[in-house]
Amino acid sequence: MMMPDFGTGARIALAPLPPDWPGGFWWHWLFFTVLVLAFVLSMVMGVIYIERRVLARMQSRLGPNRTGPFGLLQAVADAVKVLIKENIVPAAADKVVHWLAPVVAFAPVVMVFAVVPFANGALLADLNIGILYVVAVSSIASVGIFMAGWGSSNKYALLGGMRDVASIVSYEIPLVLAILGVVLVAGSLSLNDIVQAQQNIPFILVQPLGFLLFFTAACAEINRSPFDLLEADSELTAGFHTEYSGMKFAMFYLVEYAEALAVSAVVATLFLGGWQGPVLPPWLWFLGKVFFVFLVMVWVRATMPRVRIDQLMAFAWKCLFPLALLNLLLTAAEVALWPGAMPLIVIPINFAIAGLLIIIWSKFFKLGWGRVEV
Amino acid sequence: MAIKTEPFVLNIGPVHPSTHGVFRMRATLDGEVVLDIEPVIGYLHRGIEKLAEQRTFTGFIPLTDRLDYISSMSNNMAYCMAVEKLAGVKVPERAQYLRVIIAEMQRIANHLIANGSFLNDCGAYFTPFLYMFREREKVVDLFEMLSGQRLTYNFMRIGGLSQDIPDEFLPALRRFLDKMPAFIDEYDRLLKENEVLLARTRGVGIITAEKALNCSISGPVLRSTGYSWDLRKADPYLLYDRFNFDVPVGMQGDCYDRFRVRMEEMRQSVRIIEQALKDLPLKGAVRADVPQRLHPPKGEAYAHIESPKGELGFHVVSDNSIAPYRVHIRPTSLLNLTALREMVRGWKVADLIVIFGSIDICLGEVDR
Amino acid sequence: MTIALSGTELGKRLAEKFPGSIVESIPDCLLVNPSLLPEVAGFLKDIPDLDFNYLNYITSVDYYEYFEVIYRLTSTKYNHSIVLKARCYDRENPVLPSVTELWQGANFQEREIYDLMGIRFEGHPNLKRLLLWDGFAGHPLRKDYL
Repeated sequence: MMMPDFGTGARIALAPLPPDWPGGFWWHWLFFTVLVLAFVLSMVMGVIYIERRVLARMQSRLGPNRTGPFGLLQAVADAVKVLIKENIVPAAADKVVHWLAPVVAFAPVVMVFAVVPFANGALLADLNIGILYVVAVSSIASVGIFMAGWGSSNKYALLGGMRDVASIVSYEIPLVLAILGVVLVAGSLSLNDIVQAQQNIPFILVQPLGFLLFFTAACAEINRSPFDLLEADSELTAGFHTEYSGMKFAMFYLVEYAEALAVSAVVATLFLGGWQGPVLPPWLWFLGKVFFVFLVMVWVRATMPRVRIDQLMAFAWKCLFPLALLNLLLTAAEVALWPGAMPLIVIPINFAIAGLLIIIWSKFFKLGWGRVEV
Repeated sequence: MAIKTEPFVLNIGPVHPSTHGVFRMRATLDGEVVLDIEPVIGYLHRGIEKLAEQRTFTGFIPLTDRLDYISSMSNNMAYCMAVEKLAGVKVPERAQYLRVIIAEMQRIANHLIANGSFLNDCGAYFTPFLYMFREREKVVDLFEMLSGQRLTYNFMRIGGLSQDIPDEFLPALRRFLDKMPAFIDEYDRLLKENEVLLARTRGVGIITAEKALNCSISGPVLRSTGYSWDLRKADPYLLYDRFNFDVPVGMQGDCYDRFRVRMEEMRQSVRIIEQALKDLPLKGAVRADVPQRLHPPKGEAYAHIESPKGELGFHVVSDNSIAPYRVHIRPTSLLNLTALREMVRGWKVADLIVIFGSIDICLGEVDR
Repeated sequence: MTIALSGTELGKRLAEKFPGSIVESIPDCLLVNPSLLPEVAGFLKDIPDLDFNYLNYITSVDYYEYFEVIYRLTSTKYNHSIVLKARCYDRENPVLPSVTELWQGANFQEREIYDLMGIRFEGHPNLKRLLLWDGFAGHPLRKDYL
């Protein structure tokens, strides 16, 4: 088996391949690269369709139902439409940045899927620092978004880009701290190992607070409602992609949903037991869990108004950050107390603590600071 | 350590999703903070007041539809009342009852749009908007039954209504009234204590009662400050002194109060319609005998009503010809915008949109 | 019911207070001398037993010989109202004092009257065209326009 050489000191070991894959490393690499790309692109169309239909049902309307059976081809039709649309670059824009931004935003989102296991061992690269890689790579997308905001030379786009950077910088911290809890319990950074550690109990039961923190922070990072400030359509028209049209706009649209898909996949892997499940094949379990998490996001989008930028910041630093620290401390104490497998008694204790902390914080925590004297 | 910042000018509108038409604000921002705004209006100016001078008294009624096109019936009614006052026309009682019913239905329809689009401005992705449109649709269906139109009704006439109501109207209205309170309860359940909505609107865009009165603000915006001033009570027109209803007022005049006041006003409107339906004479004329070529005596008259957005008045001057010599429209929406600058200074861009949305203006009326 | 105060009675009182301020007082309205309009309006607004705190609207009518500007005031405390009128006989350059200092609600309306009727309001903080664009020729609501 071939091993990539990253130089001394940074040697990343690949897990042994599952026996049913023919060929060696390169076949594996090729197969999964194609698979991941196909998966992301086709699933994005799928989740767009699901979001539009489910959102429509939640809003007491029908949603797209004319193109193809049940409107299934609507996303395809939209994709064709944006492909043949004129590509407009504003005269005052920074051309290179404006062109590069969608690519910079799109690439890292696809890269995230490299470490997400679809079944036991069925993943492009079983990095032993998998989750760290996810966190590191997924943040790069915001560089692309800021480039779009800056390069468009549009004030709305600039405001949107600045909001994105602010939210990414703030929410990365509770996000990582929430992940650390899972890592402590699982004892590994590899996503495949984390899934295997959830053989008996999915981590959502062991880490209820961590799950909520991660889900909230991840929603804020990928700017899902109610944290969709960077493209707040009622304030900033379209935010960072105000000046984008045609395929470049479609790329951003793709990024948005690919990110949502990535977060759903990571949540399913970290907290819901990934591909684990009885009877059905593992990949179906995985897909089902991804869709379930995504549906929760759609539900939140249909329910919540948008928060304000100062409230977004306050929420990250005053609410999520201390709670994530407490959660980490608690998990570390539990892991130290019961080395090896945790007893089932941990589950009700953790739920009780999570409930208590949330109640305390919701009582004593002030959101934002409101008006500024000018 | 303070970072050195420079204010910049952001042009919001006239084509912007949240300006409820073609309103334009030249906002000076410091980062996200609004330092100053300058409203620029007139993009929908059609010179309706000038057009009135070229039309007969009756011929101007369709143009009033185009003022506040969200609540055309109220505009029709206010104008007809002004001309009736000028010409000394007595409106039959049945027509008066029907006018009350229609005006209150229009209030429900308007407040549904106002609150729905206000929540859209808050960033709720269309859900409350579409829920409220679902019910507005029912009111519009009823109006279509009356007038054949769904937006610009042109239903009121000088001296009453253009025609009697069809037979199926009252049962249909009855069905709507039976369901409406449950729908308002549903909105309340969904929105009244929504955490994000409270965070976004409580204490935002506060205006005091003194300031509001000084700025000629009327309607729900004035009442949200806790000041109970409703022309239906203060200066009863039509038959409003016969009905029992409360005037909902807010606590402190913020966006949340304006939202709540509109919600409660819908309940009161249902109450008024219920009472009016009970007393509605089943037979009788719906229009006074008014000559086709009406030429009121020389003079002027002002009639105002509590339209859904506030005090809507028409000042009509006649020179004893068949065309009005001068029609002035007291534009509720325009005057409610007077204090916008004071209300939004120091808040964030997002709040600017929310405060603007909570005032509930219609550009057709602002620009005329 | 909002009580329309009698112009004749109020006119007498105002004439005593500000000699020469009232040109004519009929039951419907008070015709005020334009030069003393701010004083009269301020008196009506500030005196406790009248307390006209609410300016319903301002409008203007072109009667060829003169422009008439109409102010309707209401007291929300006592629920009574009065109509003030002021006339401008100068067609070329009609000027009236502004009441924006007293009622901010006059701000947009005076701009609108300036825009459409061409009456300038002295003391207005920002007297620009409101509905029409800068540089529009003429004032459309005047009867001799078109």
